[in-house]
Parts: sequence; C-alpha cells; structure tokens
Amino acid sequence: MSTSYTPKLLFGDVRVGDRLPELVHAVTPTTVVLGALASRDWRPMHHDKDFATTRNGTRDIFINTPNNAAWFERYITDWSGPFGRLGRLSFQMKTPVFPGDEIHFGGEVKSLATDDSGCHWVDLDLSIEVGGEPRTVGKARVALPGDIADNPWQRKGARWQP
Amino acid sequence: MSEADTLPDVVRKLIDVPQYEERSEFPIEIGYVCNTCAAVQNGNPVFWDDDAAQAITGGRIAPPTMLSVWFRPHYWAPGASGERKAMQAHFDLKELLELPEAVVATNEAVFGEPVRMGDVLTTCQIVRSVGPIKHTRLGTGRFWTVDVRTTNQHGDWVGTESYTFLAYRKPER
Repeated sequence: MSTSYTPKLLFGDVRVGDRLPELVHAVTPTTVVLGALASRDWRPMHHDKDFATTRNGTRDIFINTPNNAAWFERYITDWSGPFGRLGRLSFQMKTPVFPGDEIHFGGEVKSLATDDSGCHWVDLDLSIEVGGEPRTVGKARVALPGDIADNPWQRKGARWQP
Repeated sequence: MSEADTLPDVVRKLIDVPQYEERSEFPIEIGYVCNTCAAVQNGNPVFWDDDAAQAITGGRIAPPTMLSVWFRPHYWAPGASGERKAMQAHFDLKELLELPEAVVATNEAVFGEPVRMGDVLTTCQIVRSVGPIKHTRLGTGRFWTVDVRTTNQHGDWVGTESYTFLAYRKPER
C-alpha cells in the first residue's frame, strides 16, 4: 500500500503577523542532560551542577546551544509540517534555561518573499520565555511549498539560496 | 594605541584562514538522529518513518540543526590523551588570549544540502573576527566569531555555522 503525503502548510496560507502556536515544556535535569548528550556535548556545565555553579557562576546546569537549536527546529516544523525546510537559524541565548523553568516558545511571521528561483521563504522571529522573561531570542528562514506539487526539499544548488 | 590594537600577531594571522579540516569520525547514523529528536520530542516523520522520508526528502535525513553534532569528538577514544574538544580554533584563542571562561553569545547557521544516513562530512574552522577588550557583567574579555563550514563526501556544501563567543576572565574576588 502506498501512502501519499501532502503539505500541511502552503506559502499562500501564511500572512505577515501570523503567530505560531505556543509550545510549552517543563524543563527538568533530564531535559538538559538528554539534550547535551544527544548533541554529543560533554562539557560539564550541561550535566554537573557543581561545575556549573562554581565555574560558570550559574544557579544550575543549563540547556546547551545545539539543543536550543533542536528545540527551535522542532517548534518551527511542528507549525510548517515536514515539507517545511529550514534554511537559516540564528539565536541569542540571553539568559540560560535551567531545570525547573517552564519554557514558552513563541514565533511570528515577519516577512514573506519569493526568490528568483521560485523558492518561497518565510522569515520568523522566535523566542523562548520563562515567566514572561525572554531567555532566548532568534530568527529563522524557512521554505514552504507554493502548492501541493512543490517540495522545497527537492531544491539544490542555485535553486536553494537560504 | 587603544586596547583594541593590542591583538597579538599570532592571533591576527589566524583570521580568515581555514584550519582544522577534519572528517566526521563515523558515517552519519540514525541512532543519533533519534536521540536528538527524542530529546526535544520532535515527531517530524522524515526523521522517524522510512516511507515519509522517501516521499518527502528522498530518504532518511538528519535534522539540519544537528550539523555541529557530527564533528564533536567522542569523549574518549583508544590512544587519545587529555580532554578532546570540538571547535579547537575557539579553544586556541582562549589559550592565546589567556581568557579561561567562555559562553556562546550568538549562533547562526545556514543549511545547504540535507545530511543523509551514511554521509561522511568534512569541516573546517575559520576565525572570522576577534573584537576589542570589553568589560562585561561576567568579566573582562573579548567577543570572537568562528565559522564552521561543512561539506559532504560529494563536495556539496551542507551548511555553515557561525558562533560568536564571549571569552572572559572572571573578576578577582
């Protein structure tokens, strides 16, 4: 039996100012350690509380950079569906995320563009907040299909210009 | 002469020079992909389901944001001595500039050809800039930016990550 797959979200469905659905997650020590080890980051501030407090001066272990990126990617593709292809991601970790924090992901569509090759781009502002305080802020550029026959993952070379 | 002009020659000569070209220690494999997706509860079927991956991405791929995962060394390996560190260009700067602490200030990545199971990747590290001395809440130090450019076994560009670090010395208590 063959299964067909259709895009969850098309470029034409999106408007500037649209907000991505909020995602909330309660961070535990396991969240931090799992993320660090999955990203092969063995640095002790991501698994050793004594090291984090005495050497880094933080109150606990904290989420590492590649895991923060993985959380943003999950947040974006939860919204876009699997046909959404991430082209660019940048972020600034203003304050670490610690066990005990409840993280709230937010995102907003800032601009829409179609490049010379016909690739449809959505530029997003992103944030991770705890108790209303921005802990990480970022931006992303994601390609969405223009119609059900379009698939950004088939683009390469000059047809993929993130 | 300002403090900013006191960058040692040995550091200035590193700027814009590709260093530490290296291949990933193992072919890209699905176990790490599943670990990463599990850590953030990412249910995107292109990472979990062969049929969906075949239909959408032409086969299983790794999440683009895993780019840096593939060139981190194992914590230990036979015959290795001392702590093995990724991003050696960054640790070189810490040592040369005698700034023992560091945090990632910003991270930017641009993604090219998808990383597929079995790929063997090659990276190089390029110091793009080293800023003047800054006095920050954490201590006195410098910001610097290191790019990591990655290609696959076909020579296709798969992505570039730019890390801006704040490296610093904590104030003496």
